[in-house]
Amino acid sequence: MNIIDLTAADCDFQAEVASRSGQDLKTCYQCGNCTAGCPYTFAYDVPVSQIMRLIQAGQRETVLNSKSLWLCASCQSCTTRCPNSIDVAKVMDVCRHMARENGCVSERTSKLFTDAFLQSVEKHGRAFELGLMATYTMKSGRFFDNIALGPPALLHNKLSLKPHSIQGKEQVARIFERFRKGE
Amino acid sequence: MAKIAYYPGCSGQSTSLEYDLSTRAVCRALGIELVDIEDWSCCGSTPAHTVNHVLSAALSARNLALVEQQGMDTVTTPCPSCLSNLRTAAHKMEDASFRDQANALLDTPCTTKIETLSVLQVIAEQVDAETIRAKVVRPLTGLKVACYYGCIMNRPPALMQFDNHENPMAMDKLMGLLGAEVVPYPLKVECCGASFGVPRVDIVTRLAGKLLDAGRDLDADAFVTACPLCQMNLDMRQGQINTALKENFRIPIFYYTQLLGYALGIDDKELKFNKLCVNPRPVFKKLSELKEAAQAG
Amino acid sequence: MRIGVFICHCGSNIAGTVDCESVAELASGFPEVVYSTDSMYTCSEPGQEGIITAIHEQKLDGVVVASCTPRMHEPTFRRAVERAGLNRYMFEMANIREHVSWIGKDKEHNTNKAADLVLMAVEKLRRNRPLVPKSFETIKRVLVIGGGVAGIQAALDCADGGLDVVMVERDQSIGGKMAKLDKTFPTIDCSSCVLGPKMVDIAQHEKITLHTCAEIEAVSGYVGNFSVTIRRRATYVDWTKCTGCGVCTEKCPSKRSPDVFNEFMGTTTAINIPFPQAIPKKAAINPATCTMIQKGKCGVCAKVCPVGCIDYEQQDELINVDVGAIVVATGYDLFDWHKYPQYGEGRYPDVITSLQYERLLSASGPTGGHIKRPSDGKEPKNVVFIQCVGSRDRSVDRPYCSGFCCMYTAKQAILTKDHIPDSQSYVFYMDIRAPGKGYDEFTRRAMEEYGAQYVRGRVAMIYPHGEQLMVRGADTLAGTQVEVPADLVVLATGVEAAQGAVKLGETLRVVPDQYGFFVESHPKLKPVETNTAGVYLAGACQGPKDIPTSVGQGSAAAAKALGLLSKERLESDPAVSKVNLSRCVGCQKCIGTCPFGAIKAITDRQGKLKAEVIETVCQGCGICTVTCPQGAIQLEHFTDNQILAEVNALCPPKMNASFE
Repeated sequence: MNIIDLTAADCDFQAEVASRSGQDLKTCYQCGNCTAGCPYTFAYDVPVSQIMRLIQAGQRETVLNSKSLWLCASCQSCTTRCPNSIDVAKVMDVCRHMARENGCVSERTSKLFTDAFLQSVEKHGRAFELGLMATYTMKSGRFFDNIALGPPALLHNKLSLKPHSIQGKEQVARIFERFRKGE
Repeated sequence: MAKIAYYPGCSGQSTSLEYDLSTRAVCRALGIELVDIEDWSCCGSTPAHTVNHVLSAALSARNLALVEQQGMDTVTTPCPSCLSNLRTAAHKMEDASFRDQANALLDTPCTTKIETLSVLQVIAEQVDAETIRAKVVRPLTGLKVACYYGCIMNRPPALMQFDNHENPMAMDKLMGLLGAEVVPYPLKVECCGASFGVPRVDIVTRLAGKLLDAGRDLDADAFVTACPLCQMNLDMRQGQINTALKENFRIPIFYYTQLLGYALGIDDKELKFNKLCVNPRPVFKKLSELKEAAQAG
Repeated sequence: MRIGVFICHCGSNIAGTVDCESVAELASGFPEVVYSTDSMYTCSEPGQEGIITAIHEQKLDGVVVASCTPRMHEPTFRRAVERAGLNRYMFEMANIREHVSWIGKDKEHNTNKAADLVLMAVEKLRRNRPLVPKSFETIKRVLVIGGGVAGIQAALDCADGGLDVVMVERDQSIGGKMAKLDKTFPTIDCSSCVLGPKMVDIAQHEKITLHTCAEIEAVSGYVGNFSVTIRRRATYVDWTKCTGCGVCTEKCPSKRSPDVFNEFMGTTTAINIPFPQAIPKKAAINPATCTMIQKGKCGVCAKVCPVGCIDYEQQDELINVDVGAIVVATGYDLFDWHKYPQYGEGRYPDVITSLQYERLLSASGPTGGHIKRPSDGKEPKNVVFIQCVGSRDRSVDRPYCSGFCCMYTAKQAILTKDHIPDSQSYVFYMDIRAPGKGYDEFTRRAMEEYGAQYVRGRVAMIYPHGEQLMVRGADTLAGTQVEVPADLVVLATGVEAAQGAVKLGETLRVVPDQYGFFVESHPKLKPVETNTAGVYLAGACQGPKDIPTSVGQGSAAAAKALGLLSKERLESDPAVSKVNLSRCVGCQKCIGTCPFGAIKAITDRQGKLKAEVIETVCQGCGICTVTCPQGAIQLEHFTDNQILAEVNALCPPKMNASFE
């Protein structure tokens, strides 16, 4: 087990998460209510209350490399029930941003799906589900995960076969361009 | 009734086409005039805000700016995810420096605060109960439904400001007006697995399976949902859930607008029940049997 | 005037950063100063003797001491100058310790600043005049508001000490929250067995008059001489005749009255005696549920009453009583847990409060002391206790710790095992607060001997799962989520200020804090006093408290009341407001602004409206003096002239500078 040297806490990390999320992280007193309500705890490697604690302890590497960041669905149950009114989901979001910026990706498929989705939006202006599934499947190599969905989806005509491109798709593409330039 | 701008959301064009069509039909029947936002684009959904909050706000704000350009101040959407993104963007952009950052990514900036409401909220707050009751021609009498709201229709409460955030009642009341027997479903706001169906289907089968299980405990004939993602996870993935959990669920999953439309007598073609993966026919069979029994009795 | 100045070194406290000798030397040149010196400890015996000797030898008629805060030693030095024959108000103090030596390191600056402060004191003293306190008689009677255990203790101690006591209780019986408890921690002794005899003493003590179903309507007057109006609600029963036989309660057909004493676990009759040990043991009718009072039909109780004491026409009664001191012991109420929608908001009958659970445990409760869950009357096997429901939670505006929930939860876990040996208790807690004597050992016993599973974490949600309730919480020590299928969930609902506390505070002129608890005069040294002289606090009305602490405070408040009223006469502080009648225009703005009700309207001989200060009530706060548009009110000892003289000493007016 990793032994934490408390004097080596990364205070900049703490401060960056606090300022980017706009949350007062010192008010977290580790009651565990976020973990208690989180539907994803079973899939996490680090429960959300411990993410909060590790941020307080300035443990940048552990936090940014945790799978949990990529498995949070932003369902808001933590934020809604926090007795100290901390927007925990936003803290998770901010940590995920920082993980991405630092190239820490511990749940590859989760990131690939996000990327495929945004690529689709950038290309067409709207999300084109069949297209983004194709992109995701090619990049992830996960050909069989959702093969069972094929028959019902086709049978009930669930997926549109061609993208709904919009006139202003260039405008949307420029949003992404400017964003990347500014980064 | 006043006109209101309408944002269907991307899934309304494919996986939840029936939600979009039934929403339009129901609103027409209830006198709510929806005005399509011209050339709307994706709100960014969950993927955008997990990457960057300014990018996410800008993708949403492009649409808010379109609403502004069409001379309106309120927009409604059936999809809770779009709702959450549009509301979050408008809320964050009340901060001047954040607004400048988001607008800097746009061709046309968004300058005023546009209010976003769910279609459910519009119906719940702007159409009175008696009007709906009076329009019911095919009551749902005897049908046991579980209303499932999803995790972000009402949360976080400070942002959404609609209904009770642990035990929302808007759909329950609506279904009650139509004559349905609404079971006290306990997991109304518990997450279904959201968009993890693609990258981590194991998560969805577990979480959505739990939701179906709670509905079965209460002997529900059907689920009623208000979210395209929830509906897809519970309906289209019901087979996957059955395989993963060694279960045998066969619970039809409706959009609330479909059942509302049915009760209001709207043509089935506009409600698209054939889009549902779990066969809803047993539900209608039960309804007609109950009706016959009542008439005979 | 002949002024003497004494500069104190306070060991090295002052002398370390102030050149005291220089200050004394500078002071000798100040106006009317005829004597100036410095000493090591001015407050010591020799220090005080030095002042007295100087007064005699130098024929001083005013003294300035420059030392520490007047909160510390102003009374000491006032007594010293009085011993030397001067009026105690011919004394001024300059604080050169807290205001100078402790806050600055630069000796030169400090020395100059100390000299400035001494000059200010001298300038004020030059304008002081002797003031003489008035004295007045006291009424040897105490009002105790609230008949819980703190009020009971205060009342008994006052009465045993020889004072008359009037006790006012809002409910039908005294006993408060303690009367509802089954057992008490950490001894597991029976609550009503230890409280019962004290309640009986209240009823039987010849010096105690008890009014229940009663509340305080109005209070006027001042320390030693309060005038109190009590409203006694109609009980529709003549208590001078009622024997408490209980026949009426057996025969009453209206059985759907909310059972307040049993915390709404079930219902009771419209005419009711709340519990067997009630004091007074008298019946009262709930007018909201009595069909005779509501619809004019029934009258069964009047027919069956053997002494004819039912009176459906009874009205509220106002009782006036004069008292010398008041003890406030109004206790607390439970947090409204419905503010947590995730715990069901009352939709699940088997989620109950800790006080409701006490009633289930109690032999005099609705289940006769058998733990039966409300939904189906079954005996629960898995019992979950959730702590901090409405405590330490900013999101519901209750950031404070309620103090005793940890202990009663441990007790309830122990009692659960006693009642149902094959049961299992789970306690969700954040931190265990058990600082009392024998308390921590007690919580350990709950875990070690009684096998209660303590789980560190909050509970996020409760939802029905078949016949059980699924409790989903966290175990932060194991670092995971946990679920317990429970048969019964007991919420350790936190403590909040009693309903109506803020309104009572206004009546008594006792300030509540932001949560409605009354504020004591000093958090350490005056824990039962308030800032209104003659009004004392006991028990949980000041903040969450367990039984031993409440009893201790009851006795402490009684000691304060006894001490106060042991004096035949009391002196009032003469540093109060005074109206210059020739300038007063009778606008009455001062009357509205006075927080103590110390100013009244009078009519002078010409029939004109004027304001008059009731000297014994005035607390000398000075709000009226700045409110008066005419400048007609001056605060004695702090007049505009005196304060401006100090200001001018510090910043000499420019006009003077240019003309000199």
